[in-house]
Amino acid sequence: MSKMKKTLVSSFFSSPKIAPYVFVAPFILFFLVCYVYPFIKTIEMSMEQIFGFNDVTFIGFDNYRRLNNVHFFNALKTTTAYTFWTIMVLIPLPIILAVLLNNPATKGKSFFKSALFMPALTSVIVAGIFFRYSFGEQATTLVNAITGLFGMEPRIWLQERGSAMFALVVLCTWRWLGVNIVYFLSGLQAIPQELYEAAAIDGANAWDRFFQITLPHLKPVIIYVVTISIHGGYSMFAESFAYWQTHTPGDIGMTIVSYLYQMGFNDFDMGFASAIGVTLLFIVMVVNLIQLTVMGFFKKEVN
Amino acid sequence: MRKVIFLLFVSLCIMILALPGNTASPTTLTFWTFQELHKAFMDDAVETWNKAHPKEQILLKTEVYPYDQIHNKLLISLQSGVGAPDLADIEIAKFANYLKGKNPQLVPLNNIIEPVLDKLVKARFDNYAKDGKYYGIDYHVGATVMFYNKEYMDQAGVDVDTIVTWDDYVEAGKKVVAATGKPMTTVEVTEHWTFYPMLSQYGTDIFAPNGEVILDNADNIKVLTFIKDMIYKHKIAIPAPGGFHHAEEYWAFMNQGGAASLMMPLWFMGRFVQYMPDLKGKIIVRPLPAWKPGGNRSAGMGGIGTVVTVQSKHKDLAVRFLEAAKLSKEGAIKTWTILGFDPLRWDVWDDPAMREDNVYTEYFGKDVFDMLLTIKDEFNPTVITDKYPLAIDLLKKNVCFKALRELSQTPEEALKEAAKELRQ
Repeated sequence: MSKMKKTLVSSFFSSPKIAPYVFVAPFILFFLVCYVYPFIKTIEMSMEQIFGFNDVTFIGFDNYRRLNNVHFFNALKTTTAYTFWTIMVLIPLPIILAVLLNNPATKGKSFFKSALFMPALTSVIVAGIFFRYSFGEQATTLVNAITGLFGMEPRIWLQERGSAMFALVVLCTWRWLGVNIVYFLSGLQAIPQELYEAAAIDGANAWDRFFQITLPHLKPVIIYVVTISIHGGYSMFAESFAYWQTHTPGDIGMTIVSYLYQMGFNDFDMGFASAIGVTLLFIVMVVNLIQLTVMGFFKKEVN
Repeated sequence: MRKVIFLLFVSLCIMILALPGNTASPTTLTFWTFQELHKAFMDDAVETWNKAHPKEQILLKTEVYPYDQIHNKLLISLQSGVGAPDLADIEIAKFANYLKGKNPQLVPLNNIIEPVLDKLVKARFDNYAKDGKYYGIDYHVGATVMFYNKEYMDQAGVDVDTIVTWDDYVEAGKKVVAATGKPMTTVEVTEHWTFYPMLSQYGTDIFAPNGEVILDNADNIKVLTFIKDMIYKHKIAIPAPGGFHHAEEYWAFMNQGGAASLMMPLWFMGRFVQYMPDLKGKIIVRPLPAWKPGGNRSAGMGGIGTVVTVQSKHKDLAVRFLEAAKLSKEGAIKTWTILGFDPLRWDVWDDPAMREDNVYTEYFGKDVFDMLLTIKDEFNPTVITDKYPLAIDLLKKNVCFKALRELSQTPEEALKEAAKELRQ
């Protein structure tokens, strides 16, 4: 009896038709329960007015109409500017550093690699608190002490529009620089060495080699990094939370996700918060599609 | 053999459990708060309770979360119907969220509050009430007072007891600035603890009692303009370093004697003791200057309501424990001796226990409650509606910041804009 059961079980698991499904089942289940269900539910909630506990009315697109307000546009502006600046910094800088790290003449490579990668392993909140104090307004805080060396007056960094954005981009750069360097390093190592040798024979200088060989070969990696940076930029929340918690003075550091969080949890307006979430998804998709089209991602596939 | 020993052991266990007169196993209650200090207060209350109720022992499991996290966790657990604690602290600015709609997930506490209501500051209970039901019990009155640095006052030759009105305060401030070079006071620009007490003291509010938004009325504009003038016209005040009086920058600044006085609710004493130890013995506590002679000299501000959730399996016990901890005379006295708060029960304010030595009397002297008794009828109630969380948020983020720090809007513009948003 037990023998028969055993063969039944083992034949079940070794059946080429069934076994694959068994192996992917945990992922599928997780995906359905933790992604698809909340996703559908969010769309549903975005069309409801949820007032207090268990008090729900269907209101169609009213929540989306309410998005036409100054706070949402402030958040959209801040988030877009943040995404733009992080891409402006976190593409060229890691490429340069990766090229330097990839150069055989560079000394202490493994030290620099791990030192640059280390911040990615810390928690944003812990790092954020450190940065929050570094950008404090006394003359003795880290940043004011540094700018003080150049004779600048202490600044109130976190209460002005420009310097608030600067603080956000600095935190982001500190944290993600190492990760992007890793991406570009792997891209660099895939470039055949012969190309450089051939170019050198043809008389190309280091500058030409960088622009004619390195950059074109890194293009797929650049497309990938820009794509994830747009996702990361638009979904940024923790950095802003670390600097200002939920009340950013004058919306100067409020991102779309901060606004969502504030509406959902501070004002307990879950329906409106859901509408913000769905809109954010739509915005990120559109921006990504434009970016991929501009960068020629789809053209390549057609060829 | 082993079996026999096992049987003996089991029967022994049963005997121990069944022994008559043995104290029953304690009931576990869970309590969520965001104030480490409140844990100490509740632990003390549990000890007192267990001594008085040997047959109803309580084991209190307190979890201290950050401010935002506790309110979110509680909202989510009440919304989803599972996971809420028996008791929880909810801050006043967030409380309206839990009373929204037809089905508040909190237990009404009328049966323990009403019997002693005549001895309580009723206004402080209305903050947590809806449709005649009380859902929360605060820790304190939150009387807003002025903390003066005596050394600077003496240096400038200012006698604080002659400061009667806000205009006197400004004049005294000019003397202090001239004599010491320090600002007379600091003003919150990213939170509301300067503007809100002053408008409440003036006799105006964010909402009228019927819920109508009156944030942009002439009185509020006048109050906000007055604060702005203290900074930029009379130059006796500065925006608080760090933006608000709970910023680390602020504590460091103040601890070094940064400003000559500070207006905050009485519960700010705890912050002095904890974060500004160097000012010990230099601070004297006085009523606020009035807007006009004979006007109110304080405002009841802030608050944290302790609630019992409907998910509690021991509602009755939790409610009775809460009564003993916070509404009894003994509990009221402990809110002062342990927490440094002004108790909700008037009838203990002149109790000898309030003059006994503790960290607060050591820091501020022993006459705090004599001073409080003189202003006990000078609190205006504050109106709290469904939109209160949004209103407070707008005060912090927009009104105070734009009108007092960024100067991108005049007080009138900032208040009009916020009021328009609240009316939507």
